[in-house]
Amino acid sequence: MNTCIRVQEADFDLSTEVAALRGDDACVGAVVSFVGLVRDTNLGDGVSSMFLEHYPGMTEKALEQIVTQAQQRWDILGARVVHRVGELAPGDQIVLVAVSSLHRGEAFAACEFIMDYLKTQAPFWKREDTPQGARWVDARESDDQAAQRWESK
Amino acid sequence: MSIRILYFAGLREKLGLNEESVSLPEGLGTLGELKAWLCANGREALAETPNLRFAVNQNMARETDPVLDGDEVAFFPPVTGG
Repeated sequence: MNTCIRVQEADFDLSTEVAALRGDDACVGAVVSFVGLVRDTNLGDGVSSMFLEHYPGMTEKALEQIVTQAQQRWDILGARVVHRVGELAPGDQIVLVAVSSLHRGEAFAACEFIMDYLKTQAPFWKREDTPQGARWVDARESDDQAAQRWESK
Repeated sequence: MSIRILYFAGLREKLGLNEESVSLPEGLGTLGELKAWLCANGREALAETPNLRFAVNQNMARETDPVLDGDEVAFFPPVTGG
């Protein structure tokens, strides 16, 4: 299994990541990727910048566990997770999840699963700067529900 | 019993503390009891954090999970990455 997990301040390039995920494996018939971006508004307020904090050590471990679970559930050939930390601006890329498989179904499902679990299990926290000052983003119940969907499947 | 405690995000800011090493009295068995002891010893912000989350040795944990000598315990608000 071609796995790569990175937590970094630097930006990433989608094409480069997908090329690395595919490698020279001609078995790969499908690649699904998700890229999360910083929005310029949240809860009705303008967001001028964002800071992403994480728990070094646990973050990588949590992401590895999530990818392992995806691998156990679906027949996938590879997975990459790149998550940025530190100062980010609206429009910046925050996260990449990319999964390869023989056929599209496994890659679509595993990519969504990894993203849903990342949202509720990986120790990252967002602080955003708005005209009213800096505030820590509250977790959304819809994210918990998205992750819970997989438990009954 | 001596453990290392880490705090993150809004909780870290409220406490003004990233981490600390604490010597605990005998008889503290679970994360919930550790939290109660810390609240009673100046870290009230732990009680004021809604849906407080726990990790022990870098794995998500529950209030009823045990705390052992030498553990790395982390307290933080619900995660918001992605």
